[in-house]
Amino acid sequence: MEQATETKSPEMTERLLPGQAPVLTPGHTLETITDKIVSLVLRRPVTLGWVGGFVFFFGLMNVLLFAMAYLFFRGVGIWGINVPVGWGFAIVNFVWWVGIGHAGTLISAVLLLLKQGWRNSINRFAEAMTLFAVACAGVFPLIHTGRPWLAYWLFPYPNTMGVWPQFRSPLLWDVFAVSTYATISALFWFVGLIPDLATFRDSAQNPVAKKIYGLLAMGWRGSARHWKRYESAYLLLAGLATPLVLSVHTVVSFDFAISIVPGWHTTVFPPYFVAGAIYSGFAMVLVLAIPIRKFYGVQDMMTMRHLDNAAKVMLGTGLIVAYGYTMEAFYAYYSGSGYEYFVLKNRMLGPLAWSYWCLILFNVLIPQLLWIRKVRQNTLALFFTSLVVLLGMWLERFVIVVTSLHRDFLPSSWGMYTATRWDYAIYVGTLGLFFCAMFLFVRLMPMITIFEMRMLLPQSRVTTEAAHD
Amino acid sequence: MAQIFHRSANSIARASTLGGLILVVGLLWTALQLQRSPYFTYAGVAKPQPVPFPHQHHVAGLGIDCRYCHTTVEVSGFAGVPPTKTCMNCHSQIWTAAPMLEPVRESYRTGKPLVWTRANDLPDFAYFDHSIHVNKGVGCNSCHGRVDKMPLMYNEASLQMEWCLSCHRAPEKVLRPHHVKADPADPASLGDQIFNMAYEPPSSSHPVTIVEGGQEKTFTSQTGPGGLGTYLVQANHVRSPRDITSCNTCHR
Repeated sequence: MEQATETKSPEMTERLLPGQAPVLTPGHTLETITDKIVSLVLRRPVTLGWVGGFVFFFGLMNVLLFAMAYLFFRGVGIWGINVPVGWGFAIVNFVWWVGIGHAGTLISAVLLLLKQGWRNSINRFAEAMTLFAVACAGVFPLIHTGRPWLAYWLFPYPNTMGVWPQFRSPLLWDVFAVSTYATISALFWFVGLIPDLATFRDSAQNPVAKKIYGLLAMGWRGSARHWKRYESAYLLLAGLATPLVLSVHTVVSFDFAISIVPGWHTTVFPPYFVAGAIYSGFAMVLVLAIPIRKFYGVQDMMTMRHLDNAAKVMLGTGLIVAYGYTMEAFYAYYSGSGYEYFVLKNRMLGPLAWSYWCLILFNVLIPQLLWIRKVRQNTLALFFTSLVVLLGMWLERFVIVVTSLHRDFLPSSWGMYTATRWDYAIYVGTLGLFFCAMFLFVRLMPMITIFEMRMLLPQSRVTTEAAHD
Repeated sequence: MAQIFHRSANSIARASTLGGLILVVGLLWTALQLQRSPYFTYAGVAKPQPVPFPHQHHVAGLGIDCRYCHTTVEVSGFAGVPPTKTCMNCHSQIWTAAPMLEPVRESYRTGKPLVWTRANDLPDFAYFDHSIHVNKGVGCNSCHGRVDKMPLMYNEASLQMEWCLSCHRAPEKVLRPHHVKADPADPASLGDQIFNMAYEPPSSSHPVTIVEGGQEKTFTSQTGPGGLGTYLVQANHVRSPRDITSCNTCHR
């Protein structure tokens, strides 16, 4: 019996709503996709803009190295932390960076399992973003320990002290959550890269580049057996990474929620941290995607559809975050605990009230602009809204960490927190590290997944006729 | 298309995967071993002293009790390092001209104490008290080793925290009685067993009998129900491992 062929017309494309941009601008063939992405790295000359940007962020990264060297020399006293605010910028920045990483995992793992085709052009650089964001985040737990050369004490190993780390502490759960996250993200990213690295190996003219890409491609030949194994491995890793989207920031929120500090001890923290993480992560995706698609001319692969979808995810998660703020305020009132109520009042009217109201403005009010289609279609407006959200999410962690601590149970121990120049230097320095790595990434690796883009083409659909050939 | 790697690259890749794993595990293992080795702990390494004082000769050869020199070991946190006068009790009479002992005589003449190098030196963040250990029944050589067999002094134990905890987690394993039933044939049985370098814990072939309140109790095992250690934990009111392994027992 003859099976009916799946489709008659080779021009089969997805159905679009009126006014909706396609995921891949029509007109591409299998060859042009490969050629375009390969040429971005292998044939495009190093431009002055790239060099300028790289040098700038490399300089910032050196600020980080310098500030860390001084920190190791002098100790954490150079920071603004003191009793009662023992957690300052280090924790704020750690949570912020870990959160940013979440969008990459969500895009690559969750949207893969949900078969969202639009993820295909942004997943690669979003995964790279995750990896670099986790690296930046990882800096802070290490350097905030005071004696970073003993940071390996955080890991359970048969040490000469004869004791294990405190398994009941969420700070130890953090170690596992973040190290698992870093491992899975790196594996996921690398496994996804292998077929594309093989394409680079085959296209590269420079013999040294050929060898390096060849080494990284690990002997990929693109045989059916390779693809079958690749697909299973990738799906398995996606399955492993999916719970991490929820678990990592849940554990990070436990650092606060498990304690009894008013303003931290709330059950809403895990879901609201996870939503906030995805919120800031998508903001960072947009902050990176908008310039990349412009400067590298890949608007046909990262279309307005991608930006629109990312903006909608931002809007959705932003509303969850806003719900979190509302519930925090409601709990403070409804708990009947004088301390909880005081923390709320102090946040809204206390000496750091500016940070709370800026947070509400940046995270709740301004992002409501995304309801408007015109804003979502305007790359510049989208870019600045994303920057505002990133700033707002940073302020959120600042509000949580500092305003809860600086007025604790005993008025006699109240204090103020002021960040020093070294706090700022290290924060700005991690931005340097992050963007420096991103600059290198777009020059050296395929920033868009070649084979997954090709799968979006109608030609890639296997018809039964073709399969019988 | 020409191959960019030779066929052998396949084997090298496989070997390096396994080799990398072995390398990482090996390095970690080496680090852990090195950390416990005498290179770091100085266990068994004699340090230079102003006078090469032989414990072996004084303890085993002459039969001097530990407390003759370390006078405060039962009543103080610090066991005490003897003043030069203690040395001169004997050495004003014997070996008076030995060149090796010149620093001792000089110290006695000038009143400037000898500066010994501590062999068993705990870090300052660890609180240690000799008297509680001695009074609860920890023998000298449980920690210091067979001092009567050491020509020059060294620390027997690693002095690492896991070593401290090995007893604090199970004190019954090491406790010994102060007094055992005297055996005229064995002079060591007459004295305090804490200071008996050759003390042997009870076993079925070597029962230990203690006398308490005129009653004799014989033990044939150290641990377990009916063991001597188990009995001494109760009799000496040794606090529970939960208490004596609490952080602030030693890190005050």
